[in-house]
Amino acid sequence: MSATAAATAERHPRSDSTFVELEKVTLTYGRGDRQIIALGQTDLRIDKGDFVALVGPSGCGKSTILKLVTGLITASNGVVYIAGREIGAETVRVGMAFQNPTMLPWLTVRDNVMMPLKIVPPFRQEYRTKHKTEFRDRADALLKEVGLAGFGDKHPWQLSGGMLQRASLCRALVHEPQLLMLDEPFGALDQFTREELWAIMQELWMKLSPTVLLVTHDLKEAAYLATRICVMTTRPGRIIDDAEVPFQRPRTIEMSYTPEFVAMTQRLRQLIVSARPTKETV
Amino acid sequence: MDPQLRRRVWSVVLIVGFFVLWEALCVIFNVSEIVVPKPSQILVTLVQRAPALWPHTLQTLYTTLVGFAFGILIGIALGVLIGSSRLAYDVAYPLLVGFASIPKVAVVPVFVLWFGSGTVPAVLTAMIMCIFPIVVNVATGLATTEPELEDVMRALRASKLDILWNVGLPRTMPFFFASLKVSVTLAFVGTVISETVASNRGIGNVMMIASSNFDVPLVFAGLLILAFLGVALYAVFSFIESRITGWAHRKDEFAMG
Repeated sequence: MSATAAATAERHPRSDSTFVELEKVTLTYGRGDRQIIALGQTDLRIDKGDFVALVGPSGCGKSTILKLVTGLITASNGVVYIAGREIGAETVRVGMAFQNPTMLPWLTVRDNVMMPLKIVPPFRQEYRTKHKTEFRDRADALLKEVGLAGFGDKHPWQLSGGMLQRASLCRALVHEPQLLMLDEPFGALDQFTREELWAIMQELWMKLSPTVLLVTHDLKEAAYLATRICVMTTRPGRIIDDAEVPFQRPRTIEMSYTPEFVAMTQRLRQLIVSARPTKETV
Repeated sequence: MDPQLRRRVWSVVLIVGFFVLWEALCVIFNVSEIVVPKPSQILVTLVQRAPALWPHTLQTLYTTLVGFAFGILIGIALGVLIGSSRLAYDVAYPLLVGFASIPKVAVVPVFVLWFGSGTVPAVLTAMIMCIFPIVVNVATGLATTEPELEDVMRALRASKLDILWNVGLPRTMPFFFASLKVSVTLAFVGTVISETVASNRGIGNVMMIASSNFDVPLVFAGLLILAFLGVALYAVFSFIESRITGWAHRKDEFAMG
């Protein structure tokens, strides 16, 4: 396995900054006439430390790309590389926050947040000795950062949806992942909680600088958080636009009302609307 | 009075009332002790024969617990195997239902044929009685684990064993304990059936001999002992269940604690 990984690395003498790469990746479901193309042939490169947002209508395959990069599903064709190695062979720490908080109900919030430390090397070797000291403090510090100080001992059902989503962010970050996958983690929240979490997310990203892939259908969220936005369209899912977001950091909610920011989200909106298939073609 | 205490008090009142009514009916209609003995008479028999009954009680309890322990081990192992994948679950379920619907009384003669009479067939009967509820519940618990919860682990590159240990098994605990409460009483049934058919020890055997001697109070004393043992073990597993799987019931007391 290490031999093929080495060969793979040689075959791809990319610039060192490329961290995630999709090469001619497609994903199809079913066979024959009933085959559905979830993701048409897609190439995508993400630099180390980048914050890339995938936007587009539902069913355009943006979550598919996320699952492919996380390794939850396998590509029908093409290869996904992470840190120069084929996915599965790489040893990159991955964190993921889902649309639903997906907390394990039998664990306390703190134990939920500490779960990656129990699973992911090199932390898992030390879990037994450190889960009541160093790791516990680390989880509590993160919980405090997202405004959940003192809630570590509660069980998930005792917290509101917004609080669980904050805890879920902590779980995605506790093992200091090099690659952070966010699958519409703010989608089900109210406006104010969402904006508050954007600010927290930006702060954490600037501090820990992981490479982030964010899936969202909120254009304002994409423009606020991302350094790069990829616009996707449906039938078959593909990337139709790829643009840098030039705004200075740290960004604020006030900035989202400036003409430049509004122009950016308008342009994205236009792209998505114009690419949407009309009723006749469906 | 708080509702929980009230429920307990009424339970006790119902049980005491049941025996009082029984006693009263026996006295009023002058029922012969050969047909139905009075509870007071059963109690006297129980106390008088205690030294003779005690070793048989221990024998039955021991047999049941050994059979139950094996049943749990094999039940969990089979349940994990069958519940580990959707395919295994769908493939193995019909066979499992087939085995589960065989009347277990029918296999006692087979066990006697293989192992002779005594403790071994009783342990095996107890075991086979309690395996199926455990297998079905563990397998169902594992097979119905939400894929989202597994995705959390898979995104972390967790191994199958990690996922089983950290998500599958804890998620299955409420199902498992529900099956234990059913199984422990079934294990008693298995033991007593086997003791009745082929053993010279145990409460089942005592009752068998007593009934052939028309010693009806002793038969009822045996029934009382079995009922008591059954309730006691049920209570033990209920208690363990409430400690371990409180999260699934979300009682107020648990949430506050």
